[in-house]
Formats: sequence, structure tokens, C-alpha cells
Amino acid sequence: MSKLLIEHVSRTFAGVRGGQPVQALMPVELAVAANDFITILGPSGCGKSTLLRIVAGLEAPSEGRVLLDGKAVSRPGLDRGMVFQSYTLFPWLTVAENIAFGLRERGMAERERDEIVASYVDLVGLKGFENHWPKQISGGMQQRTAIARALANDPEILLLDEPFGALDNQTRGLMQELLLGIWERRQKTVLFVTHDIEEAIFMASRVVVMTARPGRIKSDVAVDLPHPRHYTLKTSPEFSALKAQLTEDIRVEAMRTAQAH
Amino acid sequence: MSRRWPTPAPYPTDRQDCNASRRRQAPPFSSVTKDFKMPRPLHPVSPGIRTVLGISFFVLFVAFWAWITLGGHVNRIFLADPLSMVGDGWRLLVEDRFWLDILITIWRVFGGFLMASVVAVPLGIVMGAWKPVEAFLEPFVSFARYLPASAFIPLLILWAGVGELEKLLVIFVGSVFQIILIIAVKVGSTRRDLVEAAYTLGSSDNSIVRRVIMPANAPEIAETLRLVLGWAWTYVIVAELIGSSSGIGYMIINSQSRLATGQIIFGIIVIGLIGLLSDSAFKALNRWLFPWSQA
Repeated sequence: MSKLLIEHVSRTFAGVRGGQPVQALMPVELAVAANDFITILGPSGCGKSTLLRIVAGLEAPSEGRVLLDGKAVSRPGLDRGMVFQSYTLFPWLTVAENIAFGLRERGMAERERDEIVASYVDLVGLKGFENHWPKQISGGMQQRTAIARALANDPEILLLDEPFGALDNQTRGLMQELLLGIWERRQKTVLFVTHDIEEAIFMASRVVVMTARPGRIKSDVAVDLPHPRHYTLKTSPEFSALKAQLTEDIRVEAMRTAQAH
Repeated sequence: MSRRWPTPAPYPTDRQDCNASRRRQAPPFSSVTKDFKMPRPLHPVSPGIRTVLGISFFVLFVAFWAWITLGGHVNRIFLADPLSMVGDGWRLLVEDRFWLDILITIWRVFGGFLMASVVAVPLGIVMGAWKPVEAFLEPFVSFARYLPASAFIPLLILWAGVGELEKLLVIFVGSVFQIILIIAVKVGSTRRDLVEAAYTLGSSDNSIVRRVIMPANAPEIAETLRLVLGWAWTYVIVAELIGSSSGIGYMIINSQSRLATGQIIFGIIVIGLIGLLSDSAFKALNRWLFPWSQA
């Protein structure tokens, strides 16, 4: 059985000032197996973030429904952890307190909380920064904290909305390896939205390519590259072949977007 | 971040020689002007220069005051000179127990301000967080904000007499609507991405208010209170000018009938100093309470 089922989900935004309603998302069907790492790749404005926000429960679909473990999603919950592109750490909490946020919401005892927080601080390599405030650490460290904060809740599925989009290229590469390493060790169902083709292939067991607005699924490509993956994989012939194929797919869509605007 | 790249060495490569020749070419009087550079827009000044500049205006101001009064350019009856102001102030404090008036005024400001804060802060948060409450109260509060507190004094005297309660109520009326409205606006503009992040971490609606909206806005709320406390100082003096028998404002209106301009100026300066002091204390408190929000 699929872990996550996206059934006929579409989204239409009401027109601005009496204008035509805008369809951001055509009906989308997607089944995600447990412990799959799926990247959703698409040009900007294709509705991929909207799709992720619908899965998170932050937005309601205009049609269709999202099922997690057979239960329909209606609002955000701790079974779906999310990492945003913008830095969303709570600035008044330290790194450790940020990671503990969800656990505290559940009313977990402090001693138990501290243990879990320590293990996730370790996991994302932030030992020594537990008591720093978000503004005192770099963007990469903030996103690592955000990943730890989402994972500490032990969600059924992890949703990431271009989490490394605001980072510089080198940091981004390191973050990809870090996240992939965590996934390889701890098996988790992941839905990862990106517009970066290399990132989409490197991370994924399946790449779902979306079309330009209104978005729908254009192709669904399995990535059968072996794990554990090392950054040198990005220069292998298999990787390059996949990249060439997806570049072609996405280029057509990007051009359609460019012509439409 | 700015980074200065090394410039390629000029030809001839002997730097010292280059500078030496430049020095020689410089006109002899340039040494006078080269220490002073025109400040560039938005360019910061060093803390030392900032302090010197800040104090020097006070000095200039007092010097100008001394020049027009001691120099006989204005009539002594209308404006006392700085020296007699200091003398009058000393007499006030020592002989007329003016410090009691100061204490009474301080108590009124903080009492009325505290009453206003206790009512306004929760109400402002509720209004900012729950839009139906905002729709219900915002038009009235916006209207009430423009009712001048001083115009309420005759009414408040009718209702509460000329005692302490009336003074507190003037400050309360003057502050409460301002605080409500500013806080409601700040709370209403809470970063939505933080709220969404909290929801995905399992927060309920109530804990969004308690654990996101309130801490996220706490520094701004404290800043708002600091601002409004400054305004409360003007309300208290107005309240004390009418129907009062104690306080700094009473001393000022009392001195007017005796043409004691030295005392009036001393009273005004005392208000300024206390305002400055409480403002700095408030600022320090905010910095201490919310270190995470400091740049």
C-alpha cells in the first residue's frame, strides 16, 4: 500500500479584482511508497510548492484529496514535517529549543525531550551550537536546524520546499549529502520540491517532472543509482544521461513559461 | 560585506617613492583640511565623535540661553537666566520639598500607564490575532484614539473629583487606545511563515497565539510601551495644570502666577531628565529581556 496518495488534486486561485480565476494546478495523481525519496522538479511558478502545501495541509485543494496512511489530510499536523525555503526558525528560541518545539507542543517531559534533541543536534552536526540563536548562525546551519526540528517530531513523511534554494552552491552540495545520508540511515518517506535538476536526480529514488503552469505531472523517472551516494556520482555517465533527459523535459516547460509571460 | 582587493602596484613599483612624490606635490596648506572630511550620506560616526557632538549641542544651547538672558537681550521677567534657574531649582528642592512633587508625578505616570498597559496589551493581542474581534473593535478604537485626553479632564473631574484617580484616568484615556491599536497592527503582521512552521510542528490554534504570536511580537510590544510612556509624560503635566494641588505640573502653574520663570524652566528640565532616564531604563530592560532580537 502507498504511504501517500494524491488523488485528483487541483488548485484554482480566485481571480484578482474580478479577473479570471487562475488555475495553478491541474488534477494531479501521485502515489508515494513508504520510504521513497521523491523529488518534484519543475520550472518556477508551476505549482509544485502549491502541491506540497496541500499535502502539508497549509492549503486546501480545490478538488481531490490527499491520503496519508489511508486517512484524508484536512489540516497541518505533526505526522507531516515540513522544511521551508525561507528561514523559519523561531528567532526567540535557541537551536536546541527550536528542535524541541514540536516535542514541547506534545507535552513531552523535559528529560525525554533533551535526549531526543541531543541526538538530532548530533545528526545534523550542530554540536556546540545548541544555545545559539538563529541570527547567530549561518543560513546552512539554520536549514540544518530546520531539518532537525522537522525530524525530531518523527513525522510519517518529510516535506521539503526548496530547502536549499537560498544557500550558496557549495553549502547546497554539502546539505544534499547530509540530508541524503540521514535518509539512507533512517529510512523516511520524503517529498522534496526543487527546480534544480542535479539536486532532483542526486537526492531522489524517483523524479516527478511537472509542466509549466497550470502544473501537471509530465513524467515520472525512476533513479536507479546505487546508495550510498557520493558527490562524485554527479559526474558519472549514468547521472549525466539522466540529467540530459530531464534537462530536455524541463527546458520545453521553461520555454513555455517564458512565452506565456 | 565589502572587500578591498589589492590594487596592482603602480609603475615604478617602489611604493614609498610614489607616496613621497605625492607628498611633495601636495600644497602646503592641505595639512589643515586633510583631517576634516565631509561626511558621506548614511556613513556612521564613531562612538566618541557621537558623544562629543551630542554634548556640544547642549553646550551651545545653554550658551545661547545665557547670552540672550545674561546679555540683557530679553526681559528677565519673561525668561530667567541659567544661573538663577539653578538657584531657583535648588531652593525648590531644599526649601519647598519639590522632590515630593516629583515623586507624586512619577507615581501618577507609572500608575496610569500600568493601568492602560494591563488593559491594552491583552486586548491588542486578541484584536490582532482574531479578525472578527478586530472588525468589531477597531473602528471604535481608531475613533477613540483621536479624542484628546486633555479634553476629558473636565469630565473626569466631574466623575472622579480632583484626586489621584482623576490624574490616573487622564493618562489611562490618553494611552490605552494608542497601545491597543499599535499592538493590534503589530500582531496582525506576525510572520506568516513562522505561524505555518508551527502548525506543521503540531501546534494548535491556541498555542499559535501563546507560543508564536506572543513571543514573536514581545520586543515590538515592549517598544510600543516605551513610546507611549513618553506620551504619558505630557498627559500627566496637563492633568496637573488643571485642578491639582501637587506634582510638577502644579508647581509650574503655581510659578506662573508669581512670574517665577526660573522655577518653570527647572520643572520642565526635570521632566525632560526623568523622561530621558525612564526611557533609557526601558531600553536597557528591553535589551536584557530580548537579546535574540538585537541586531
